[in-house]
Amino acid sequence: MTDPVISVTEPIIRAHAVEKFYDQPDGNRIEVIAPIDLNVEPGKIITLLGPSGCGKSTLLRILTGLSQPSSGEVLWHGQPLTSQNAGVAIVFQSFALFPWLTVLDNVEAPLEARGVPAMERHKRALRILDTVGLDGFESAYPKELSGGMKQRVGFARALVVEPEVLFMDEPFSALDVLTAENLRNELLELWLGKKMPTQSIFIVTHNIEEAVLLADRVIVLARNPAWVRADFSIELTHPRDRKSPRFVELVDYIYKIMTQPQLALAAPEAGAAAQKPVRQKYQMIPHARVGGIAGLLELLQDRGGKEYLHRLAEVLIMDAEDLLPIIEASVLLGFATLKDGDVQITAEGTRFAEADILTRKILFRQAALNHVVILQQIDSVLHAKTDHSISQEFFYDILDEHFSQDEVERQFETAMNWGRYAEIFDFDRESHRLILAEPVGEPHPPTSPVQP
Amino acid sequence: MKRPERIAFRPLVRIWSVLPSASVASLPDLIMFSAGLALFYGIVEVARNWLGPFHPQIEISRSLGALPVYAGYSLLRIALAYILSLLFALIYGYIAAYRPRAERFMIPLLDVLQSIPVLSFLPGVMLAMAALFPGRQLGVELGAVLLIFTGQVWNMAFSFYASLKSIPREMREAATIYRFNWWQRLLQIELPYATIGLVWNSMMSVAGAWFFLMACEQFGDFRLPGLGSYLQAAADNGDTRSIFLGIVTMVAVIVLIDQFVWRPVIAWSEKFKMEQVESTSVPTSRVLDFLRRSRGVALFRKRAVRPLREQMVHYFAQQSDVRAESAGGNQTVLWLWRVVGAVALGAIGYAVVRVIMILTGLSASDFRQIGVGLFATWLRVNLTLVLGALWTIPVGVAIGFNPRLARIAQPLAQIAASVPATAVFPVVMLVLIRMGGGLGFGSIVLLLLGTQWYILFNVIAGAMAIPTDLKEAASVFGIRGWERWRKLILPGIFPFLVTGMITASGGAWNVSIVAEYAHLKGHVYSTVGIGAMISAATDAKNFNLLLASTIALAAVVVTTNRLLWRRLYRLAESRFKLES
Ligand SMILES: Nc1ncnc2c1ncn2[C@@H]1O[C@H](COP(=O)(O)OP(=O)(O)O)[C@@H](O)[C@H]1O
Ligand SMILES: [Mg+2]
Repeated sequence: MTDPVISVTEPIIRAHAVEKFYDQPDGNRIEVIAPIDLNVEPGKIITLLGPSGCGKSTLLRILTGLSQPSSGEVLWHGQPLTSQNAGVAIVFQSFALFPWLTVLDNVEAPLEARGVPAMERHKRALRILDTVGLDGFESAYPKELSGGMKQRVGFARALVVEPEVLFMDEPFSALDVLTAENLRNELLELWLGKKMPTQSIFIVTHNIEEAVLLADRVIVLARNPAWVRADFSIELTHPRDRKSPRFVELVDYIYKIMTQPQLALAAPEAGAAAQKPVRQKYQMIPHARVGGIAGLLELLQDRGGKEYLHRLAEVLIMDAEDLLPIIEASVLLGFATLKDGDVQITAEGTRFAEADILTRKILFRQAALNHVVILQQIDSVLHAKTDHSISQEFFYDILDEHFSQDEVERQFETAMNWGRYAEIFDFDRESHRLILAEPVGEPHPPTSPVQP
Repeated sequence: MKRPERIAFRPLVRIWSVLPSASVASLPDLIMFSAGLALFYGIVEVARNWLGPFHPQIEISRSLGALPVYAGYSLLRIALAYILSLLFALIYGYIAAYRPRAERFMIPLLDVLQSIPVLSFLPGVMLAMAALFPGRQLGVELGAVLLIFTGQVWNMAFSFYASLKSIPREMREAATIYRFNWWQRLLQIELPYATIGLVWNSMMSVAGAWFFLMACEQFGDFRLPGLGSYLQAAADNGDTRSIFLGIVTMVAVIVLIDQFVWRPVIAWSEKFKMEQVESTSVPTSRVLDFLRRSRGVALFRKRAVRPLREQMVHYFAQQSDVRAESAGGNQTVLWLWRVVGAVALGAIGYAVVRVIMILTGLSASDFRQIGVGLFATWLRVNLTLVLGALWTIPVGVAIGFNPRLARIAQPLAQIAASVPATAVFPVVMLVLIRMGGGLGFGSIVLLLLGTQWYILFNVIAGAMAIPTDLKEAASVFGIRGWERWRKLILPGIFPFLVTGMITASGGAWNVSIVAEYAHLKGHVYSTVGIGAMISAATDAKNFNLLLASTIALAAVVVTTNRLLWRRLYRLAESRFKLES
């Protein structure tokens, strides 16, 4: 999955067949990252895109030496990578500043760790603070600063160690839109103006436009387990215009990649297909709530039943992170189809969008029982048992074999949302049991006992 | 119009802003210098006393002039025990947090140790320490310190451990990626992150320490000069004036500690809060401001603290470089741990065998006696809890629902609660025996005295936590009287009530050791119970019985905690929590 063009420059970091498993408390091992080859070359901004929970942060941690791959190796200038020899720094989504240290002390701390004398430390820290536009804030504490200012401190702390590769894990996600835009531009300015000694920047993001705005190279990950679905260069000059045809085309292209059924795009690349594990996957339901699905279908119906993906994102003011699961869910349920970046409502979807509340429930129930494996399983088990109820543990056990612990929580949470809406079952939070519900539309048997 | 006015003010303001800081700065310095002198004198005095010969029957003077000295001794014991606890808590918590193998048994052990009534060890520890330093006052003094230590260290250790465990992942990763060394991690991440929890737990621990200290100072043959024995002597002689003065001194010492230690520490620890934005009301402390203004302190920081810190920075930066190059040091450390583990296991094994040998040597009647004692004390403890809940629930809810009442009642209750129950035991005991009730009934009064506050404070907090809109909804729907209690108030305060009862139950078992058996004016008063058995066995120097009763007591308390209180707590957590 390396660059098709053999690059002239020697990569700084070279990851070879890195793979990551996590041990679950119940003894299962979950593969989070399938074997991946990846190089970080100098002179580039590389962005790593992918849906949330797909393993972007895990991969970043492996590339920085924070975490060891379960198999495969990571080389730093040809030597095995350790957290001591890596010339890297990380900017975190949560800033990860130390609230009890002043801005200056926060920036000085990495230098202290390297044993830089006090005067020199002070000078270098002040210079960097000046570069990122924080002069005058040296003695402030992080909690006195706005989010954007805090992230500037994060930048300053990273740059002060003069890293060869600057890693960023969703650095702009915790900021509001305008602040993020502003900070992105300043980062570009520093980078293009060669005002930092950094050779290469590696940014993890789930924001497609952000990737197209910044990147010289885009890597798109697919999930469960993570594998590289696409890896291509962007040759647009900076500053990039969001409205330019090429920009829109690229955004569309990435949307398309991210919504393709998994194997379709991987096929042309022989190497990728060979690497991808071929075992049958358990169906993963996208984390969308029923309300979101209904809203999307209504909007589609309004706009004549068909719309470009990225137009939808614009109209709804949502980024891919939030929109994609809703679209995937609609497709899974048979309410919509996706083709070449177009979302098209189906006949079922139209019926749903136009129905009243009670009919919607019935339609959703049919769709869910037709298409969603976990809900089918729950339904059949509940009907089979004499007391028509079962502990949630049962489904945790099923899911545990296929997903990591967080993901099991999310899968269960979403299945609960759908299943309760569709009145397939009720969930009793106190006893943690699922109980067969009496769905709407079916008359109650006349002999049914009075419920307490 | 405005301009001349401002100009006229300016020079004056400038003078003010220069002058006071100069003159005030010398005042703090003078005071602190004198404090240093006083401290030195104190150390010499204490050393002379502690290293001197042991006084089996210490004469407790009831003169007014002796009071400050006694208060000083009590305070010193508290301070020593606290420092010891803090060090131990840091080490224990650190190891448990970073050694998964050690963690597996260190944390359950903490849980058990925390629930064992410490006072049941009082006799054993005192006897052992006196034997360890024969003929020296030092032995019993250390015994008292050790006992207070066992009473206060566990929650501090757990707090530190829990803080270390909950340091945010990205903060740790930042430390790793920026190559923080061990020292820097400790100083810049671990200690700061744990400070808030440690401060609150320290306050709780020290409050509890007074309770144990008073019991130690009054303990039979080993009593120590201090506030506890002063009050005991006063009660023995029926000296109302001394009793009064003693209690006033006690309250004064506690208030002073609050003002001069806890408040400054809380104000200082504010900066360690993990909040994203600055909170609006920040605790302040005059004393802290005073210290911050002192030039001596500033000079000390500049001349001593900062250079020392710089030295440490370089030392550890070099160390971690060296370690990065040679990764061989790990093997030795590993072996060291294995040896420590083996020695600990050996010691535990030996102790267990000894205990089994002693226990098998006891007669059937001894065991029956222990069973009866346990049952009696168990009944008494739980009766106390019920009685305590009965009066504190209505009163606590009334206070919690009525802000005006709360403003008056809360400080009063806090002062009342700050007087350790053991300090007033001799007095209460005296009254009870004069009334002729006997200790069977009297011990319940004592238990109540020692434990009701926990329940009261928690009920008040619970009542205050019931959201106003819920209260209003209840009144809109006409829910009144018993209905209102059943549907709104009791479910609302339940989690708080359970927390209070758990703490109270732990306290009550402790109190029972000293409440069921008393020497007063040369007589021994006692009632049926495990506490009385333990004390009597000590007096009779029957060590086997002492050991067996202590173990049985600990076992019963730990079991009750597991079977009853922990379940109730879970229930309260999961079902009755009012989520906001
Ligand atoms: N320490 C861990 N133990 C177990 N599972 C983990 C751990 N860290 C991450 N995971 C799981 O690995 C998957 C990928 O996580 P992550 O790399 O954080 O995703 P992303 O950054 O793309 O959102 C998630 O399902 C997450 O639950
Ligand atoms: Mg992530």
